[in-house]
Amino acid sequence: MTDPVPVMELLDAWKIYGAGEATVNALAGVDLRIFAGEFVAIMGSSGSGKSTCMNLLGALDRPSKGRYRFRGVDVGDFDRDERALLRRHHLGFVFQSFNLLARTSAVDNVELPLLYQRVPRRERRQRALEMLDLVGLAERADHTPAQLSGGQQQRVAIARALVTRPAVLLADEPTGNLDSARTHEVMGLLADLNRRQGITIALVTHEPDVAGFARRALWFTDGRVARDGTPAEVLG
Amino acid sequence: MILWLTLGMALRAMVRNKLRSFLTVLGVVIGVGAVICMVHLGESAKKSVTDQIASLGQNLLMVRSGAGRGPGGARVASKAFTVEDAEAIQAQVDGIVVAPTASANTVAVNGNTNWPTNAQGVTDEFFTVRDWPVTAGRRFEQAELRGGALVCIIGATVHKELFAGEEAIGARIRLGRLSCDVIGVLASKQSMMGSDPDDTILLPLRTVQRRLAGKDDVQMIYVSATDGGTARVQAEIERLLRERRRIKDGRDDDFSVRDMREIADRVTGTTDVMTTLLGSIAAVSLLVGGIGIMNIMLVSVTERTREIGIRMAIGARGREVLLQFLLESALLSTLGGLLGIGVGLGGSYLACDKLDLPFVVVPGIVGVAFLFSAAVGILFGFMPALKASRLDPIDALRHE
Repeated sequence: MTDPVPVMELLDAWKIYGAGEATVNALAGVDLRIFAGEFVAIMGSSGSGKSTCMNLLGALDRPSKGRYRFRGVDVGDFDRDERALLRRHHLGFVFQSFNLLARTSAVDNVELPLLYQRVPRRERRQRALEMLDLVGLAERADHTPAQLSGGQQQRVAIARALVTRPAVLLADEPTGNLDSARTHEVMGLLADLNRRQGITIALVTHEPDVAGFARRALWFTDGRVARDGTPAEVLG
Repeated sequence: MILWLTLGMALRAMVRNKLRSFLTVLGVVIGVGAVICMVHLGESAKKSVTDQIASLGQNLLMVRSGAGRGPGGARVASKAFTVEDAEAIQAQVDGIVVAPTASANTVAVNGNTNWPTNAQGVTDEFFTVRDWPVTAGRRFEQAELRGGALVCIIGATVHKELFAGEEAIGARIRLGRLSCDVIGVLASKQSMMGSDPDDTILLPLRTVQRRLAGKDDVQMIYVSATDGGTARVQAEIERLLRERRRIKDGRDDDFSVRDMREIADRVTGTTDVMTTLLGSIAAVSLLVGGIGIMNIMLVSVTERTREIGIRMAIGARGREVLLQFLLESALLSTLGGLLGIGVGLGGSYLACDKLDLPFVVVPGIVGVAFLFSAAVGILFGFMPALKASRLDPIDALRHE
């Protein structure tokens, strides 16, 4: 059923901060695989290493030790520019605080990643509008973030993350700043995108409700994956 | 293409912060404006001086007795020139027109009005050599010149003072003990370094010598080189006069032959120095403007750390962030440069108008100022842009 080659694979990945005696192991030998079409919730208490793991998966950072394979290619020792290109072409990000450009319309925000991909102007606009339509905000294309609700802003951010057709959508606490109604709005959208469009999603959260939308959950403790299974199993 | 896109981004960032962009740019506007204004005023002043000197007459040499060499050198009393000297010069040097003149101070009286002025005795060549036409009436006739007739041509200032600008031809004015008929009015000439060339009355040379000065001296011989080469003419006149005045080899001249072009060069040399000086002081303010840009760009990078983080997470490489911020500051400073050019040209135009100077545009300096302002933006924008490009995406995203 699943692709034999994982989209993302961490092999004995370590992330060590500091030097000498005062070192902190944010990650202490993580092994995990995420396959195409999965919807994975990464959970754990604060300081458990889930965010650090997310930064590694998102190629924002590199492991101190161990391997990171992206679609079978070892990218653990990519330099800054190589990682930027990996993010540009294969990854989409959604953040807790939406991180849209202020005073910039929704459609311009969604176009931004295509700008870096050197997509021609007309195609850029068309794809951005398609994405806004997909997240149900076609009629708000000209609104600036200040004119949108939190849920709508996060949907714009999801459109921006998906406009490049990335291999994986990475979401770091995407509902952290939203009330429960908006949380359902955004998580419903993500679950729907996973189910209908087959988009691979990995999200970090500490809320069991949110993790319930995923199909698989990982529980981090002390920089290691302690439990792995369905959300019900992991949380139960 | 990435350049155009980045330019678009930079433009949008500028428009988003209109007031701040304007204030940032103001420093460069003032800097470029000051440079442009100073240089243009200097050029205008130079043009004014060269125009004045040119208005004295084309390729003019002035020959007068007395050495008067160098600054502070006392003018040694020496034998005055005579009409014969002028005739000898005319006869023995090729390609010139010679105009001997004598002058005397006098008071001109018309009815109840009197006006102290300078009476110049001239020949017909004077009008050619000094390039000075008569606007009303006529020049002297040969008979009047030969006979030392009591006729005069008045300068524009005298015309204004004695006749309040009214019809003067045919009137009779008194010069000291003499009465003479006004037969013409001279065209007005540009003022010459503070002195008014129009404050004069022309009479036949002989009239001044006999009736006003009481001696046959010629104070000044104007020489115009008709074929343009003043250096040769100057040398030949000097040799001829040394011979006529029996000056032994090795002894200094007791007369001087001055080339007006030489004087013009010296004066414009001085204005050039002033222009350079003022321009460099103004350039300092451009530097200050550049520092202003750097300051604002640094603040901007800090303030937009989050945005930089987003761009990096989306896949912007360091060089693309660098380019964006660099373009932003270059855009700001070139915009400031353009505005500054406008302000500088406008300012110098107004100043020239007020100071009665001819307004000249120096395209070279305008171009240099523009390029310089762009360079200032790139130079001072580089450090903040580099700082932006080296941010860590994780830290930048977490920045509050």
